[in-house]
Amino acid sequence: MATLHARGPKPSRLTIGRIGLYAFLILAALFFLLPLYTMLVTSLKTMEEIRQGRIFALPDTVDFDAWKTAWSGACMGTQCLGVRVGFWNSVKITVPAVVISVFIGAINGYALSFWRPKGSGLLFGLLMAGGLIPYQIFLYPLVRLLANVSLYNSVAGVVLVHVIFGLPLVTLLFRNYFMAIPEELCKAARVDGAGFWRIFLEIMLPMSAPMVVVASIFQFTGIWNDFLIGLVFAGRDNLPMTVQLNNIVNTTMGERTYNVNMAATILTAFVPLAIYFFSGRWFVRGVAAGAVKG
Amino acid sequence: MQAKRRRSPAATIALLPTWIAAIFIYIGTMVWSVRLSFTDSTIFPSSNYVGFAQYAKLFRTSRWLASLENVLIFGVLYVAGCLALGFVLAASLDRKVRFEAVFRTIFLYPYAMSFVVTGLIWQWILNPTLGIQATVRALGWQSFTFDWIVSRDMAIYTVVFAGVWQGAGLVMVIALSGMRGIGDEQWKAAQIDGIPIWRIYLSIILPQLGPALAASGMLLSMGVIKTYDLVVALTGGGPGTATEVPAKFIMDNLFERQNLGLASAGATVLVLSVVMAVVPFRYALSMRRRRR
Repeated sequence: MATLHARGPKPSRLTIGRIGLYAFLILAALFFLLPLYTMLVTSLKTMEEIRQGRIFALPDTVDFDAWKTAWSGACMGTQCLGVRVGFWNSVKITVPAVVISVFIGAINGYALSFWRPKGSGLLFGLLMAGGLIPYQIFLYPLVRLLANVSLYNSVAGVVLVHVIFGLPLVTLLFRNYFMAIPEELCKAARVDGAGFWRIFLEIMLPMSAPMVVVASIFQFTGIWNDFLIGLVFAGRDNLPMTVQLNNIVNTTMGERTYNVNMAATILTAFVPLAIYFFSGRWFVRGVAAGAVKG
Repeated sequence: MQAKRRRSPAATIALLPTWIAAIFIYIGTMVWSVRLSFTDSTIFPSSNYVGFAQYAKLFRTSRWLASLENVLIFGVLYVAGCLALGFVLAASLDRKVRFEAVFRTIFLYPYAMSFVVTGLIWQWILNPTLGIQATVRALGWQSFTFDWIVSRDMAIYTVVFAGVWQGAGLVMVIALSGMRGIGDEQWKAAQIDGIPIWRIYLSIILPQLGPALAASGMLLSMGVIKTYDLVVALTGGGPGTATEVPAKFIMDNLFERQNLGLASAGATVLVLSVVMAVVPFRYALSMRRRRR
């Protein structure tokens, strides 16, 4: 992303204005970091220390017990299995949902840009409109539909719903990407006798590797962070990590174990944060592409 | 061009799953929900049509009215807050600062996390008995009070606060890449004229970022109507109905209170409000495109 680099050399002299600028940036950075810091120190404290009410203080002694409890012993209602269960549920839901939705999105984008069969303009319009509509209007009938085909309260059901609701955006991303590729490429391949699928698999899919990465990151973080669809469609045994986390924190009886709660929260945020830190500008490109869909 | 295009049945077949999703899921379930909103359905769907009775009931329900008021306050302040803070952060980072990449990473990371995580983090910090209030009191300032999260009048602003913390980084990224696309000549010209830097950002840079900021504002607004998890995690809609939002009202009535008809009416109102917000915007956009 060359466009994100500042022009010219950095000013070498420190004026009052520059000091003010840095002061503002550092204050802003502290504000943004404060919650992460607070979670981290809370998760390393004992409950006794937390009760003293110094939320921003460093822990007296670093104690990883809360992390162990959060991972394998935190209670949701009467079940005390930790967020581990939700973690694996989220993996089981997110991975197939990302793979399927990105693959279908790529096919859609390719068919809508190079082939444009009858009615494809209408289909694209429908998808874009569907992408804008609040999920609440679809939920109840969709629950009934999935129940009728025995997919309600199952991992497969959640995956299917994620794929369906992901279609507008992945289709749009791939369509825009393929629109920028010269049509001659597709025509030449057709003259050589290649058909729809061969052109897709041998030319277009390899060429769209960057878009595959961007769309996958976008979908992965989106689906991992989802709450609503998991809550409605997953069923008790398949709840994703976000739903389980909320249940652990907001419905526990008796005294709240804030250190365990914060450790569980960090564990839930860990996967998208790791993707964000390691994929850096790919992530940024993903959210920017998603944002400027307009 | 079009005439030469060879139709391939494979292309039609490839789009078939998407056609099915668009027709049966997007249109089909929506029509189904709208139909339910005209019936007296409670736990189970009924086919007893009652006209607009559910809508009339909806707008007599104080919880729903409170949720509309809340989503309006939240929406305006959240979108404005994200745009303002995001733009200021971008303009600051645009001033050739050291460690720009580090700052950028810090400002955007909340956006990578879910609303549930965001909600739970702030619930912890704003907790009056253990959070900021308790910390300041422990420092000796005994009368210090910061209990917005449990206050009927102020709780909605904690939702705004958490939302802006989560979303400002996105605006920053979009604004910053827009700023980097603006040519050097304009900067030089403005600086020769002796215009102060803040004026340059406000009067010259800001207008040029209009489309990019409008797009991100649009995206944030779409999120407003869907706001559910942030509220569930942060306040649970309380205290009382102080942070109730339409999406949560609908979910509660669908799955806990078993008011299918009422919930469907609420969902229909939400969809209509989105249509009313989007259609003029789209229309203006296509008009502008045609004029070019």
